[in-house]
Amino acid sequence: MTIVFYVAGAVATVSTALMITRLHAVHALLYLIVSLLAVSVVFYTLGAPFIAALEVIIYAGAIMVLFVFVVMLLNLGEQAARAERALLKPSMWTGPLILAAILMAEFVCLLTAGSSGRFGGAMIGPRGVGASLFGPYLIGVELASMLLLGGLVGAYHLGYRKTPKPEVG
Amino acid sequence: MEMVPIRDGFILAGALFALGLIGVLVRRNVIFILMSLEVMLNAAGLAFVVAGARWGQPDGQVVFLFILAMAAAEVSVGLALVLELYHQYQSLDTDAASRMKG
Amino acid sequence: MLELLWLVPAIPFAGALVLAVLGARMSHKSSTIMGVGTVAASAIISILIAAEFLSSPPATGMYTQTLWTWIDVGSFHPQIAFYLDALSLVMMLVVTFVSFLIHLYSAEFMRTDEGYSRFFAYMNLFVACMVTLLLADNLLLLYLGWEGVGLCSYLLIGFWYQDPVNGRAGRKAFIVTRVGDTALAIGLFLLFHSLGTLRIQDLLHEAQVQWSTGSAYAIAATALLLGGAVGKSAQLPLQTWLPDAMAGPTPTSALIHAATMVTAGVYLIARTHVLFELAPPVQFAVAAIGAATLLMAGFSALTQNDIKRVLAYSTVSQIGYMFLALGVGAWGAAIFHFMTHAFFKALLFLAAGIIIESLHHEHNIFHMGGLRKELPIAFWTFVIAGCSLAGLPLITAGYYSKDLILWSASISAAGSTALWAAGIAGVVLTSLYTFRLIFLVFFGPVRTPVSGRPGLAMTIPVCVLAVLSIVAGFDKAPFARFIATALPTLTEAVGGIAETLSSIVAALAFLCGLLGAWFVYQRNPTLATAMVENLAGRALHRFWFSDWGMDWLYDRLFVRPVVWIARVNKADVVDSIYVGLANLATFCYRVLSLTETGKLRWYAAWIASGTVAFVAIVMFL
Repeated sequence: MTIVFYVAGAVATVSTALMITRLHAVHALLYLIVSLLAVSVVFYTLGAPFIAALEVIIYAGAIMVLFVFVVMLLNLGEQAARAERALLKPSMWTGPLILAAILMAEFVCLLTAGSSGRFGGAMIGPRGVGASLFGPYLIGVELASMLLLGGLVGAYHLGYRKTPKPEVG
Repeated sequence: MEMVPIRDGFILAGALFALGLIGVLVRRNVIFILMSLEVMLNAAGLAFVVAGARWGQPDGQVVFLFILAMAAAEVSVGLALVLELYHQYQSLDTDAASRMKG
Repeated sequence: MLELLWLVPAIPFAGALVLAVLGARMSHKSSTIMGVGTVAASAIISILIAAEFLSSPPATGMYTQTLWTWIDVGSFHPQIAFYLDALSLVMMLVVTFVSFLIHLYSAEFMRTDEGYSRFFAYMNLFVACMVTLLLADNLLLLYLGWEGVGLCSYLLIGFWYQDPVNGRAGRKAFIVTRVGDTALAIGLFLLFHSLGTLRIQDLLHEAQVQWSTGSAYAIAATALLLGGAVGKSAQLPLQTWLPDAMAGPTPTSALIHAATMVTAGVYLIARTHVLFELAPPVQFAVAAIGAATLLMAGFSALTQNDIKRVLAYSTVSQIGYMFLALGVGAWGAAIFHFMTHAFFKALLFLAAGIIIESLHHEHNIFHMGGLRKELPIAFWTFVIAGCSLAGLPLITAGYYSKDLILWSASISAAGSTALWAAGIAGVVLTSLYTFRLIFLVFFGPVRTPVSGRPGLAMTIPVCVLAVLSIVAGFDKAPFARFIATALPTLTEAVGGIAETLSSIVAALAFLCGLLGAWFVYQRNPTLATAMVENLAGRALHRFWFSDWGMDWLYDRLFVRPVVWIARVNKADVVDSIYVGLANLATFCYRVLSLTETGKLRWYAAWIASGTVAFVAIVMFL
C-alpha cells in the first residue's frame, strides 16, 4: 500500500509541474485531470474511499469539465499558444520559484521538527462520513448548500446576456 | 496494511501547494491562474484528509467535502467572470485589466 | 455721602456700555445727554464727596469702600475696593471736573462727526478707567485701570480710522506704552512674590518692615514701576509716542494726553512713594529722567510747526517737572503741579481746538496769524494759559506750582543745585516756545481767514479753565497742608538756595524767554529764518524737530530687526514641525501608492511573500 502511495504521489507532483508549464490551455487541463486522479488514488491509500470517489466525480468530473467548456467557448487557438510562449520568459520563473522554495523549506522544517505519526490504516467509508455529516457537522452542510446557492445565482447573473431583438419584418 | 509516515503525506500536500502557488504567480492567462488555484485548494484538502486518517476520524473527509463544495461554487462564479473579462478586454491577460492602478 | 464713591467710576462705565451698544440707534441729542451727563454726574458726586471729606475728614485720614472679592486663589485675594485719601481725592476731583468740561466742549467740537456716539463711548470708558486707576485699593485694580486707559487712548488716537496714519499713530502709542506696561506687570509680580500682598497700604507697610533702604528687591521693584510710569507718562526713553498721538481729535488730546492719562505715571510713583524712598538710586533716576526730559522736550518744542505738537512736547516737558519733584522727594509739589498743569494744559488744547476748527483744520502755525482780533476768546484764554505754563509771576497758577518744584529741587536732601539749574533752564525754554507760539498764531498779519466762531458749549469750558488757571495757585498753603495727610513732606537739607532767590531767578528766566521770543518772532521776523539758514542752525533745527532723533534710533534699533525677523520667519519655523508631519504623511502616501499597480499577479505575489514571511516569523521567533 505504501508503494502505491508514493507512486501516486510522484505522478501527481510531476503532472502538476507539467501542467503549469504548458502553453495550450487544453493540454494543461488534461495534465490537471491526471493530477487529480493521482490524488484520488492517494486518498484511497489513506483509507478514504468515499472521498476518493467524490474527487473523481466532482472535481475531475464536474469542475474540470466546466473549465473545458469555458476554454472551448473562448476558442483559444494557436494564436493564444504563441502569445503564451511570448509571455512565459524564463526570467519570470525566478521570483515565484524562490518564494515556493522558501515555503517548502519552512514546511519541511516544521514537519521534521514535529512528532511523526503514522496512518491508522483503517478504512472510513461513506457510512462513517455520512454519520458525521448529519451529526456534528449538520450546520456546515446547511452553510455549504447556501454557498452553492449563492454561487448558482451569481454565475447565472454574471453569465446573463441580453439577446438582441429579432428584426421586424 | 502497512503504515505510511504522516510526514510524507504532508510533504506531498505541501509540494502540490507550492507548485500551485508558482502557477498563480507566473502565468498571466486567467484560465491558468484559476487552474493553479484549484491545485492549491486540492492540496489543502489533501492535507486535511491526511490529518483525519492519522487520527482515524472522518472529520478530515468532512472538511474536504466542504472544500469541494466551496471550490465548485468558486469555479462557477470565477469562470463566469472570466467570460465577462474576455468580453470587455478581448484578451485573457490579467495585466491588461489594471485600471485600478494608483 | 462717602458711600457713593463707587458711583464715580460706575456711572461713566455704564454710560460707555449704553453708548457702545445702542449708540448707533440713539439720536444725536440723547447721545450728547448720555455722554456728557454721565461725566457731569460723576463730577458732581466727586465734588459732594470732597466737600464731606474736607468738612469732616475720617479719623485715619482715609476711607475704603470694598465692593467684592475679585480673585480668590490660595493666598491671593485682591478685591474690587476703592481707597480715598487726600491724594486720590485731589486727583479724582481734578480728573472728573476737567473731564466734564472737555466732554461739554466736545459736544460742540465733534457735532458733525459721524462717529459721535462712538466718541463719547470711548471717552466715558476712559473716564471710568482713569477713576478706577486713581481710586484703586490694590495694584491689580490699578493695573486694570492702567490697561483700560491705554486701550481708550489707542481707540481715540485712531478714532478717524479711515486714514491709516491715525491707525499707525495709535499702534505706536500702544506698543510703546506696552513696553512700560510689561515692566509694570513684572514689577507687580516681584512685589507680590516678595511681600505677599498687592493691597497698597499693606504693601507699603510690609516693605518698610521687610526691606532695608537700598535693598536689591526695592531697587528692582521700583525700577520696574518706574519703567511702567515712564511709558505711560511719556518720559525718556519712551516719550516718542506722545507727539504722534496728536493724530486724535483735539478733545482727546486735551483730556488724555495732557491732563489725565499721562499723569498716571506720576500718580503711581506718588502712591508707592514708600518703595521709592527705600530705593534712593531709583529715586534719583526719577529726578534725572525728569530733568533730562524737560530739557529735551523743551528744545524739541522750540522747532515744531504743528500747534498740537508744540503742546504735546510741552506736556512731556511739564511732566518732566513732576518727575523731578517726585525724584527729590517733593511729593506734594508734584501733585500741586499736576493740578495746575491739568487746568492750563487742557485749556491750551481746547483753545487750540477752537483755532483749528475755525481755520478749517489748519494745524501749521506758520499759516496762522493775526487771530488776536478774529478770535478774541481763544486769544485771551490761550494767553492766560500760556502765561500760566511759562510761569508769569504772582498771578498765574503755574508760577506757584513750578516755583515750588524748583525751590524743592534745590533744598531737598535728595536734590541738588544742578537739578535746580536744569529746572531754571527749562523755564527759559518753556517761556521761549510758549511765546513763540503766541506771537506766531495771534500776532502779525492774517494768513488764513477765519470761518465761524465757537459756540457756547466751547466757550464756557475754556473760560472756566482760564479762571482756574489763575486762581488755582492761590491755595498753595492749604493744599500743602491737605496733601500732607497722605504724602510725606519734604526733608530739607542744609544750604541750598533761599526761596525768594529761587523765585526771583525763575521770574527772570521767564522774562528772558518772553523777550527772546518777542525779539525773534515779533520784532524782526526774518531773524528766525536767518538763524536756521546756516549749516549748524539747520542741523540743529532738524535734530530737535525730530525729537533728538529718537524715532530714527528706535526705528533702526527695534522696528527694523523685528520686521526683518518676521519677514525671514514668514514660513514660520515653529509651524514647520506640523507642516513637516503633514509632508511626511503625504510622502509616505506617494511611496505606498506606487505599490498599487492594478496588476493581479503583483498583489498575489505580495500576499504570498507576506504569508511566507509570517510563517517564518512564527517558526523562528
